[in-house]
Amino acid sequence: MMHEQLADIVAERFVTRPPELQIDLTPGLQREETILETRGLSVWYGGFQALRDISLAVPGRRITAIIGPSGCGKSTLIRCFNRMNDLIPGFRVEGELLFEGRNIYGRGIDPVDVRRRIGMVFQKPNPFPKSVYENVAFGARVNGYVGKLSEIVERALRRAALWDEVKDKLRQNALALSGGQQQRLCIARALAIEPEVILMDEPCSALDPVATLKIEDLMRELAERYAIVIVTHNMQQAARVADYSAVMMMAEDRAGEMIEFGPTRQVFTTPKEKRTEDYITGRFG
Amino acid sequence: MGVTDIEAVGPASRIRPRGPLEARLRHGREAAIHGVLFLCAFVSIFTTLAIIATLLEETIGFFGEVSIIDFLTDTKWIPGLGGGPGGLEPHFGILPLLSGTLLVAAGAAVVALPVGLLTAIFLSEYAPEWLRGIVKPILEVLAGIPTVVLGFFALTFVSEDIIKVLFPETKIFNAASAAIVVGIMIIPMVSSLSEDAMSAVPRSLREGAYALGATKLEVALRVVVPAALSGIVASFILAISRAIGETMIVTLAAGATPNLTWNPLDSIQTMTAYIVQVSLGETAQGSLGFRTIFAVGMTLFVMTLTLNVISQYLLHRFREVYE
Repeated sequence: MMHEQLADIVAERFVTRPPELQIDLTPGLQREETILETRGLSVWYGGFQALRDISLAVPGRRITAIIGPSGCGKSTLIRCFNRMNDLIPGFRVEGELLFEGRNIYGRGIDPVDVRRRIGMVFQKPNPFPKSVYENVAFGARVNGYVGKLSEIVERALRRAALWDEVKDKLRQNALALSGGQQQRLCIARALAIEPEVILMDEPCSALDPVATLKIEDLMRELAERYAIVIVTHNMQQAARVADYSAVMMMAEDRAGEMIEFGPTRQVFTTPKEKRTEDYITGRFG
Repeated sequence: MGVTDIEAVGPASRIRPRGPLEARLRHGREAAIHGVLFLCAFVSIFTTLAIIATLLEETIGFFGEVSIIDFLTDTKWIPGLGGGPGGLEPHFGILPLLSGTLLVAAGAAVVALPVGLLTAIFLSEYAPEWLRGIVKPILEVLAGIPTVVLGFFALTFVSEDIIKVLFPETKIFNAASAAIVVGIMIIPMVSSLSEDAMSAVPRSLREGAYALGATKLEVALRVVVPAALSGIVASFILAISRAIGETMIVTLAAGATPNLTWNPLDSIQTMTAYIVQVSLGETAQGSLGFRTIFAVGMTLFVMTLTLNVISQYLLHRFREVYE
């Protein structure tokens, strides 16, 4: 039953999408330009291997979902893309992670520069305890952007579909906003530094269904400009929003592996792997 | 079921039924313990109230003889303790003692607040786990040095070998040497409380800032310190309050000259040092000279109480943000 629901969601979405977004999915991977790519990426935390040999290509201006059961390394993988894992003691990486052709774990690459071009939105909304305005202006301030700060703030808030709701309370503390508004503020904050990729680590898991739908609509709009990578434990969400889906599983030794990657429609309707089918039909995970 | 059932299980699980006498004894014991615990808790409250009552009684007696206006506005403090034939007219203006106290506290703050805050930032944001494990105990040792030792350090090293070398005209007893050492004494207080406040800032805020391309320094100064500001300010105020109340270092090193001055190289006297001087001297109990120490003590009490209340208020506000 689960399977049929997901297939319905996928079918409905791909039929009702505007023609310019109708992608010819089979040759899609070749045609679309890859913006982020991992090649044989393995990750360790101390002696524990968290990811093994992950190879995947994230296309620009598309939404790529990473799904899989809890503990399979989805968050670890997405946090590799902007080197957030560098902050964790004992973190070690092997393999390559190419961003526009350059290995971001290579010699002489400053993680600060990486993060300025690859934005991130977290599981729980984490606005700074400052005003709405200062939250959005933060990235511009630390990155020394030139230009009128108020224009940058307004543009980012408009793109995050939050401007109309907060334009009269820019000086109020961001913590006074609702959870969904806080999360869109965090998206606006990430957009303000004009990144090329936006990573979203379960961005809706702390939100109610209405706020979740708003964020999903927003993601579809943002995908016209940015590459989006989203981690989600919610398969319906992946089916609703993602152009491509990667399915991860935990191996025997608890290291995360990627077992399937492809256009969302194909992953959900005609998976290549038996384990993917078992997972999306709810037989485990 | 009877006694035999229980005995059948074995001697280890033997349960004796309790009689009414035992129950009454048990209640009595519980009540006694309750009473003892209550008394222990009450001792500290009672002591505080008794101190305030004593202070108030003697202070009111003092202000019966000296006008409170003179006390707050007169610029001379000449209590005439010896009552000798010198014939100096007594003056009871708190300002010279107050200025001495504030001069030392301000000097201590200049030393301790920046050093303490930077230490806290280092410990909370920069130091690896092993280094924190070394630095924090050392700071605690510093906090545990008896103040009389610090007083001698102020007098024989800071005053003699630093201040007098830099400013040869200075007297051996001066406000600066006391202020510097009081500052050193309160550094652990500032750094440890500020670090607690910064460590309480959620990791997610730091990650949010890093994800926007902030450097470590930007994360520390633009996110962590502002988010922990009320806790940091509370630590400042508590430390300054501690500096105002510090006695031994200023008694040994700052001098015994009530002196309305803002020059740290002068010899001065703080309120606390004055109280020590009178307490150790031969001033007759009940005399006006003796009563001065209660008026001075009351002033000191009001000042530190105000500062502590402000810092408690700030700490409380700070806690509310993240719970």
